[in-house]
Amino acid sequence: MSQKLEVKLTVNGRDYVLSLEPRWTLADVLREHCGLTGTHLGCEHGVCGACTVMIDGQAVRSCLMFAVQAQGKAIVTVEGLAGPGGELHPLQQAFIDHHALQCGFCTPGFLMLAHATLLESPDIDDEALIDILASNLCRCTGYKNILAAVKTAAAVMKARRRQP
Amino acid sequence: MKPAPFDYHAARTVEEAVALLAEYADRDGRIIAGGQSFVPMMAFRLARPSHVIDINGIAALGRLAVEGEVLRIGAVVRHAALETLGCAGVLGRLLSQMARLIAHKPIRNRGTFCGSIVNADPAAEWCLAAVTLGAEIVAQSVREIRVLGADGFFTGAMTTTLAPDELVTECRIPLLRDGTRFGFDEVSRRAGDFAMAAALATYRVEDGRIVEPRIGVGGVEPCPKRIAAAEARLAGAAPDHRLFAAAASEAAAAVEPMDDGEASRGYRQRLVRAVVTRALERSLS
Repeated sequence: MSQKLEVKLTVNGRDYVLSLEPRWTLADVLREHCGLTGTHLGCEHGVCGACTVMIDGQAVRSCLMFAVQAQGKAIVTVEGLAGPGGELHPLQQAFIDHHALQCGFCTPGFLMLAHATLLESPDIDDEALIDILASNLCRCTGYKNILAAVKTAAAVMKARRRQP
Repeated sequence: MKPAPFDYHAARTVEEAVALLAEYADRDGRIIAGGQSFVPMMAFRLARPSHVIDINGIAALGRLAVEGEVLRIGAVVRHAALETLGCAGVLGRLLSQMARLIAHKPIRNRGTFCGSIVNADPAAEWCLAAVTLGAEIVAQSVREIRVLGADGFFTGAMTTTLAPDELVTECRIPLLRDGTRFGFDEVSRRAGDFAMAAALATYRVEDGRIVEPRIGVGGVEPCPKRIAAAEARLAGAAPDHRLFAAAASEAAAAVEPMDDGEASRGYRQRLVRAVVTRALERSLS
């Protein structure tokens, strides 16, 4: 019998108490046990970035950590981006406005990567942003539009901070 | 693509971690730190540990500090912490430059310096830095604490002299003297990929002459190594482009490159010449 552990995860501000095998990755548990299927699984070995989530404010590959390791940490998935009334986050709106997605499979990973990046560096320059966006794979090769969307969102978020 | 079952142990202290290792090492019990190489290996089932001992909760291993003449890097210090290292002078600047070329930011947020050393990938930036800069690796078990020189620690691709029941608790890198010049360069096919060749160069200039040159090459042979012939060419000479080209030629002649799907032997040899030249050129800027 494989070991099962009782684990409490805090995802998008909500607590989930789950009975988990330690071998289950955070990505699998978010999808299969929390029902949060916005986090996508592409390669399952840390290359594609589709499963990127935010843990304690930092972008992390959720396929490269076990769910038991995420106890006590603040996990944010793409479902946590929109406001309480369902109003889109500036990043989500900018992705729509700039057609920054085609098939959309990579989009949740890019959104979380960009979200963590803008929290850490709201004034990030183009060169650094391009380097960051190279972390994730978009097989539709929509990088130009993704870059434009993130830059627009950064400007919107900055303007909002200035006028509370 | 799912890891095989294992029992999970969250160690709270180093003593607890090494006690667990002593108990489970002979049943392929393994330490997990950042897990950015280990978890993929488990997903592919290249690694099937029966017990996984998590050291991420051991606060003492998160230490990153200059003490005396060395930078001490605890076992759960992430690559990202070195990327933004504000201390350690010239060494700090060198490490933060190298850190930016390790994989991608989300990987650097989780992967650790010491984990990279233990993983011993031939192309790892930190293994190259450790060998070139004369780092020391502190290995603890219930039996003893050993301090191992990086030179000799790596014995082959993904292979070290670490015993199965030993935990690397920290790495120590000697600080570089003020005025030390350095340069690093690597070639990979895509941003964030493993390097097919990498070079690190450090030296000082006294009275217009190079002293204490160090040239290290990684990603080329199964283990990173210093190139004595290239260092000898540099020592005592005035730093200029012609000298750098000559040292790079010595380096290319002194390696026996791996031949794999990523790069052929001959191509890697040419890359060595290129990365050593560029590392040395960067030392001037």
